[in-house]
Amino acid sequence: MPLDDPVVQKILLISALYVFALAAFLGYQVISRVPPLLHTPLMSATNAISGISLVGSIVTAGAQYNTVSTILGFIAVVCSTTNVVGGFVITDRMLKMFKRKEIVKKD
Amino acid sequence: MQFYFIEFSYLLASIFFILGLKGMSHPESAKRGMHLAEFGMLMAIIGTLMHHEIITYTWILAGLAIGSVVGLAMGVWVPMTAMPQRTALSHAFGAFAAALVGISEFYRFGGHLENRVMMGALGFEVMLGALTTTGSLLAFAKLQGLVRGTPMTYKGQNVFNMALLAVTIGIFVYLIVVPGSMPLFFVMVGLAFIFGLLLVMPIGSADMPVVMSLLNSYAGLASAATGFVLSNKVLIIAGTLDGFSGFILSILMCRAMNRSMTNVLFGAFGSAATAAASGEQDGTMREVGLDDIATQLAYANKVVFVPGYGLATAQAQHAVRELADVLEKRGVTVKYGIHPVAGRMPGHMNVLLAEANVPYSSLYELEQINPEFPTTDVAVVIGANDVVNPDARDNPGSPIAGMPILEVDRSKSVVVLKRGQGKGFSGLENPLFFKPVTGMLYGDAKDTLTRLVQAVQHA
Repeated sequence: MPLDDPVVQKILLISALYVFALAAFLGYQVISRVPPLLHTPLMSATNAISGISLVGSIVTAGAQYNTVSTILGFIAVVCSTTNVVGGFVITDRMLKMFKRKEIVKKD
Repeated sequence: MQFYFIEFSYLLASIFFILGLKGMSHPESAKRGMHLAEFGMLMAIIGTLMHHEIITYTWILAGLAIGSVVGLAMGVWVPMTAMPQRTALSHAFGAFAAALVGISEFYRFGGHLENRVMMGALGFEVMLGALTTTGSLLAFAKLQGLVRGTPMTYKGQNVFNMALLAVTIGIFVYLIVVPGSMPLFFVMVGLAFIFGLLLVMPIGSADMPVVMSLLNSYAGLASAATGFVLSNKVLIIAGTLDGFSGFILSILMCRAMNRSMTNVLFGAFGSAATAAASGEQDGTMREVGLDDIATQLAYANKVVFVPGYGLATAQAQHAVRELADVLEKRGVTVKYGIHPVAGRMPGHMNVLLAEANVPYSSLYELEQINPEFPTTDVAVVIGANDVVNPDARDNPGSPIAGMPILEVDRSKSVVVLKRGQGKGFSGLENPLFFKPVTGMLYGDAKDTLTRLVQAVQHA
């Protein structure tokens, strides 16, 4: 069946809604357990992770639908990659700074 | 085969993202968790590169290279004090990318998106993406000091903003019902860009933790909407996690200020109108000598440091740590009390102190440290103001009434390190400064703390 078939579209939408609802529930459970101590790294980590919109940008930039799409896709790839790389690097950098007492004493 | 490879890489990425965030429940597991998430991201990117619609890799590789260089530079060189600005900027990037993908999808179909569900998701994506982009950029400008941090208000602001939002949503609904108008779509996008600016304009710097969290949430939801448009599950999952994380944080921040979301967004807190409500304070502030404080600290049993945004602006986190070291060598117990909204983003103070090598076991949350103040000999307030304002507890008429505070005024002695005699960001008078137990030490926090270190060593 082709992807733009109405039946396929309906199935895709419903399964997407399931994924959304379950992810929302899971997100609530997981994020509630993060202590205030780590709220800044949490924010930069979720930021890096939501840079996954990169996968959408990549297809748009490479599929040659038309010139406008390619240009917009290219800019989107730059923006998302900046977020992914910058976000993960900075989260790692921050998390490395959180040290236990014994380790701090050794320094 | 290729289909399964791509979908499997996305599934793997989703699982690793969730495990990565789960690790964030403790500093020790967080590092490993992040490596999992990074691996998941790599898998998803490799999987996507196999996508059958991709014809040319030139622009993709160029974009990946430029983004990596910029991201790496930002990641390595941004100082911890500038973390709120950097985060605001990255919200803008993420949201802009989502908006661009949406616009490009719309353009690709020549505006003829007959599928209403698809058009709905796409509209959400583009609107949220656009308003988050400009909103985050303005937040960045405020945090970076490019524009003034005070709320910008004018008469009829809320009415005007609501009207603009109503028009934007009206166009959105029209586009779903009657598809096909390219110009209207771009009007909607333009209005959403403008609305983002208007939304952040009336919000003061002190409320930035809430705004940052909200923009975080919007950026995530824009990504999730992209997932609906592209029928891409990993995008939905990652976007939703981000969206919910931001949402939960913004609720926590509001609760830590005892204010509703509506009040934060539309109340223009910290403008001239709210400041007038606080009234004048009787009595005088008692200025104390550096050597007196040094002696007090040196012979204390327990000292609690309470940092605020002033610590970040003065870059004084290392100086605090030095003072704490000297005191601990003399047998003084040193703790740090951190208010949830101290600083300009959630958890800002914790990161700064961790950078200065303060072990995380010495950092205490509000509920943990408050019972300890009565047995504290000296509480040292460094560049914090509203979060230690006893009016929040004692004066029901105060604009910040009911906000949970760090009750430093219950300790035996309080020292307030302050740049000058001016008021805090909220413009409120702080009765703590006029209490008999409180001594004021004026000057640059870093400089004062460094001189205290020397004075304590000679005490």
